[in-house]
Amino acid sequence: MNPTVALHEIWGEPRGRIAALILLLLAIAAAVGPVFLADPLAQPDILAGSLPPGVGHPFGTDQLSRDVLARVVAGARISLSVALLAVILSATIGAAVGLLAGYWGGWVDALLMRLVDGALAIPRLFILLLTLAVWERIPLLALVFLIGATGWLGTSRLVRGEVLRLREETYVRAAEALGARRRHVIFRHLLPNAVGPLLVASTLGVGDVILLEAGLSFLGLGVQPPTPSWGGMILDSKEVLVSAPWTGIFPGLAILITVLSVNLLGEALRDALDPRTA
Amino acid sequence: MRAWLLRRVMQAVTAFAVAVVLLFFLMRAAPGDPLSRLSENRPLAPAEVATLKARYGLDQPVGAQFRSFLRGLVHGDLGVSIEYGRPVTRLLAERLPATLLLGGSVLLLNFTVGLWLGVRQAVRHGQREDRWLTTLSLAGYAMPSFWLGLVLAWLVAIEWRLLPPAGMEDPLLSSGAGLAARTGDVLRHLILPSLTLSAVSIAATMRYQRAAMLDVLRMPFITTARAKGLSDRAVTWHHAWRNALFPVITLFGLWLPILVTGSVFVEAVFAWPGLGSLAAAAVGGRDYPLLMGASVLVAALVVTGGLLTDLAYALLDPRVRLA
Repeated sequence: MNPTVALHEIWGEPRGRIAALILLLLAIAAAVGPVFLADPLAQPDILAGSLPPGVGHPFGTDQLSRDVLARVVAGARISLSVALLAVILSATIGAAVGLLAGYWGGWVDALLMRLVDGALAIPRLFILLLTLAVWERIPLLALVFLIGATGWLGTSRLVRGEVLRLREETYVRAAEALGARRRHVIFRHLLPNAVGPLLVASTLGVGDVILLEAGLSFLGLGVQPPTPSWGGMILDSKEVLVSAPWTGIFPGLAILITVLSVNLLGEALRDALDPRTA
Repeated sequence: MRAWLLRRVMQAVTAFAVAVVLLFFLMRAAPGDPLSRLSENRPLAPAEVATLKARYGLDQPVGAQFRSFLRGLVHGDLGVSIEYGRPVTRLLAERLPATLLLGGSVLLLNFTVGLWLGVRQAVRHGQREDRWLTTLSLAGYAMPSFWLGLVLAWLVAIEWRLLPPAGMEDPLLSSGAGLAARTGDVLRHLILPSLTLSAVSIAATMRYQRAAMLDVLRMPFITTARAKGLSDRAVTWHHAWRNALFPVITLFGLWLPILVTGSVFVEAVFAWPGLGSLAAAAVGGRDYPLLMGASVLVAALVVTGGLLTDLAYALLDPRVRLA
């Protein structure tokens, strides 16, 4: 389907419009918010920390007197960029593996799919725990790379399925009969037609990755302090759960709203691209 | 059927074998020193390091390490935990019952409340209740389980003092307490972790059941049943639901990885003495043998779950094995 038509359809229904608006707001806040807000790392008065939400600090301050709103906004920047980069990486690997397996078939397909079957038996979290636990301090790029490199399994199966279906289509066979090169068939016929499902799966994948990164940060294996992250803020709030619950409630709400919007957008996108599932 | 069964079992065995190989090489390929935890507090003498490396087999070439790992696996030996200094298999076996209890209660809630809500949604398809339930379940799905757990522990356990905030047993319960008192105590501890894990996972069950039910409700035999004058309840539960329960079986296999992943966070928050909190602790302690053992066990559970799901499906639907 034409991308502008799809966008129009998403905008045309309340679910898609609300989700898109919230995400747009979040992206703007993450991009320019830090300019207007307090320094998320500043500890202006460490003896007077844990202020409840009020004037000056709408979300309160944490035990180190850092402004929670500033940290939630700075965390949005980290969470959203980690998620986007990781998902782009998974989508790329997944599309490549899926195209390879689906188009070449034979032993390449068998080998790749057995590998995917085996890897899918280990929940993604456990692979990440094993590979992240070795670092004393996890570099942010390593985190992005590992989250991205562990997220392509489902995508590759999806793309492979699309390719298997598409290569039987008359226009693909016609192109092959006319002597089109493999590269032409793959990049002109197969990939563009598999982009729709890939885009839907990737959008929903962004929500999963935000939750995953927050979980890893909560376990101390994700974004490393003092860099603010939503999961890390919730981890810090564990110790002051009773005296300063706002330090954990707001980052959690930020995750909830972001992931919910991303998922709603993904579903609106799916319904727009494939009217059968609506 | 026999050929299909053989093929499916072989597929499961291959998947598990691939998973084990992947796990081993992932751990070995990762940069870092598995003994770093032991040398954290004080520098170890080279002789001590050599002894420790020999104890965990780290002085041998990777190929030999892999062979001895496989040999151990076949004999049910997953090595010795660095943190606890005890066999990994024994640690896992001790923690498994608590996780099964938590997971079982979550499955029970999903396959009763979740299915029931899904059916209701399908029957009231497009109405306000359907939309509200969809929004609610999606919100649950978008919530980090550890955050929901902390909020519940704070509100229900600490502010309102209704339920215990952590653990599985009350340490102050007298040792002479009867079985009923003990069971009640464990159940009271189970409520919050179980609700947390259910809230973040029930959306999948509801959506699946709703979709399956909507498919069945569109079929001609439902129209026939209605035309015969059967009550709504009879049509919904006796005619439609029986046929819509079927696709939900597949959910069981998809469900295990979600459950295992969720239990790592929920058990860590509520100090529930299961596999999940053990794995979370192993991460903190850089306890590779333990992490590895837990991952192998989880992979075995996931593969077996998938296999059993397909078997159940094939037994109930002959079309599957013919395909």
